[in-house]
Amino acid sequence: MSESAEKKPAQSPLDPGEPRRMTGAQMVWEAMVHEGVDTVFGHPGGAILPAYDALSAYEDDGRIHHVLVRHEQCAAHMADGYARSTGRVGVCIATSGPAATNLITGLATAQMDSVPMVAITGQVPTDLLGTDAFQESDVVGATQPVCKHNYLVTDVRELPLILKEAFYIAREGRPGVVLVDICKDVQNATGEFRYDMEIDLPGFEPYPVMDADAVAQAADLINRSERPLVLAGHGIQLGGVSKELLEMVERAELPVVTTLLGTGNIPESHPLSLGMGGMHGEAFANRAIQNCDVLIAMGMRFDDRITGRLDRFARQAKIIHFELDKAEVGKNVVPDVPVIGDLAETLPALLPQIEERRHQLWLQELKEWREDTTQTDIINFEVDELIPPYVIRQLWHSTKDTKEGAIVVTDVGQHQMWESQYYIHDHAGQLLTSGGLGTMGYALPAAIGAQMANPDRLVWAVAGDGGFQMTLQELAVLKQERDLPVKIAIINNGFLGMVRQWQQIFYDRRYTGTPVWSPDYVKLAEAYQIPALIVTRPDQVPAAFEQANNTPGPFLIDFRVREEVNVYPMVAPGKAVDEGIRRPKPVVVQGYSGVAPSW
Amino acid sequence: MKYTLVAWMRDKPGVLNRVSGMMRRRNFNIDSLQVGRSETEGISRMTFVVDGNDRMVDQVIKQLRKVVDITRVEDITHRPSVVRELALIRVAVTADNRSEIVQIVNIYRGEIVDVSLESMVVQIVGSEDRVDGLIGLLENFGILEMVRTGRVALVRGTVNRRLTNTTAVWKASANGQYSEAGRQTTGGV
Repeated sequence: MSESAEKKPAQSPLDPGEPRRMTGAQMVWEAMVHEGVDTVFGHPGGAILPAYDALSAYEDDGRIHHVLVRHEQCAAHMADGYARSTGRVGVCIATSGPAATNLITGLATAQMDSVPMVAITGQVPTDLLGTDAFQESDVVGATQPVCKHNYLVTDVRELPLILKEAFYIAREGRPGVVLVDICKDVQNATGEFRYDMEIDLPGFEPYPVMDADAVAQAADLINRSERPLVLAGHGIQLGGVSKELLEMVERAELPVVTTLLGTGNIPESHPLSLGMGGMHGEAFANRAIQNCDVLIAMGMRFDDRITGRLDRFARQAKIIHFELDKAEVGKNVVPDVPVIGDLAETLPALLPQIEERRHQLWLQELKEWREDTTQTDIINFEVDELIPPYVIRQLWHSTKDTKEGAIVVTDVGQHQMWESQYYIHDHAGQLLTSGGLGTMGYALPAAIGAQMANPDRLVWAVAGDGGFQMTLQELAVLKQERDLPVKIAIINNGFLGMVRQWQQIFYDRRYTGTPVWSPDYVKLAEAYQIPALIVTRPDQVPAAFEQANNTPGPFLIDFRVREEVNVYPMVAPGKAVDEGIRRPKPVVVQGYSGVAPSW
Repeated sequence: MKYTLVAWMRDKPGVLNRVSGMMRRRNFNIDSLQVGRSETEGISRMTFVVDGNDRMVDQVIKQLRKVVDITRVEDITHRPSVVRELALIRVAVTADNRSEIVQIVNIYRGEIVDVSLESMVVQIVGSEDRVDGLIGLLENFGILEMVRTGRVALVRGTVNRRLTNTTAVWKASANGQYSEAGRQTTGGV
């Protein structure tokens, strides 16, 4: 990571080489101070009590701030939001048993999306291990499949090195989650702490050596291509190379499609940006994928949501795959030119070899496809009813002039796709969302984490009424953290919208289990002492956003949107990405002042 | 097709579970798995037989390399190697067929390692085919009990016992002593 220099911990208060005696509980926090951790998200309990007791000294002098969550899953999501919005390692902490199992969803969410995180859990004392003791669970066993690595600590002498390794493994290479499960007696035991010991992990290869020949081969293919396309993923942001990417695509006039997590890799208002591709990507973006002659995939893993039917994916293209994780190369798509290595290294090496080129014909073709799409895009029609795309576009209008852009955190479902389609992301890392695991309930806690890490930025959580109800208890955190100014938009359509959409299309409109009853969100917010509004008409939207943005502290808006609106375009599972269902043609409907699209 | 893979791993608690869990999770088929100490203290050696195709095995190897405790993985399927399995077979005998069984075992270069009035324990070490062959014959007499190891293998000739250069590089960079062009090292404080 190019910003690794910044990420180094600030001046450590103590010499890491000077051995000091302390308890295991203190070591946990001492290691965090050395790693530059300033905020942790957690929930106390029996087996982690010694660590919480030791925390008080670090809270008192302001070295570490602890955010009390209302459910451990949200501790992981908050650490996730913190990590994604800063690039630093997020930390969550919980006790044994149910607390640790509650964490798992959050850990899996982070691991799937390559988010650096360290999770600390308490464990029953070593002499009770394996006895089905109160609040005992096999945390290392249970979390192994969702972690990059994990540890059970049964000896205080091993603790300092394990903590150092945990941060190292979480942060370096393709980031991920490391869990450290610490027995209660280890937390109470006293040992020697130092933090200058050598890390010796011969089996951990964070940065494979770059193959300069492969880079040259890639450059040659790009330089000779007539219909090139960049497919840029999360790796661009993890490598901190969005500037280099922009420089490259401008020089060689390469259009860019992004994955969901690659949103904003180049500004979406840039003429070369085609937005997101894949299942709910724009038809012109998917056509570009299917018709390009060289596909330059960068820092992405050919997830099924981007490729659609694999054997008909980008068949005309020579595929170049820039990727740090060797296991992703050839996993789903076998590239013609694999370029293994950190993008922070490979992209700067590629850049000087890219020639100045223009691809007028190709871009003209793309432009025509794009115009064709615009004709049926719902956003271009005046609609009397409140529809989600309009709400999202207004959110963009109300936040687009914010310095560095607002951070938008979405939940999972229809609103997530509309956000990616109708918000214009001009900054890399502006959108935080659970792309890989698709975890409902992610938005509010992750937004809290992002806001804690970026107190001066505007943070919006956008959630559906289904997902919001999964983690709404975290509203209490907004108050407990002294009116943390997270703004919340609930896209409330009375349904688990995306599931309903699938039921409508694939299950003959049998809406089983998808209608969702909601509480009165304004009253709910009132109970949490958070100002809130209901919006039911399009004309109320701009003022509502303005009020939310200008109100200090948190704010909640309940958007009562039309119930049955579908996300288009849509590529059904098992179809090639250019076989998607396009947006329906607009029709004139009685009772509408303008032309309304058919739903 | 069957592939023989060898993996070296740090002898840490749960490492076997990490490997088998990963294989199960990624839907890879293990035919056999044998683990034991290697020539290096603290490093275990695991021999796998995996059923699949080239692309799948490439994935297996890459995913194995991502397991932090695994230090090295090699595919020795296409390299000349010494490949052995061991089986202990308790076979039912009578006074009439005892000598016939001994003959068969001798032909297969097995050994009789225990004899009682009603049964014998036969030991055989050899390739999978040879073990299969003997078992097939002994089945005619009645196999009472059997235990069989998985495949173990060593590459023939001189093996370059390198701990790869790159390992040293990662180790140094992990500790802030090594800086490749353009890369700031982290991890040291």
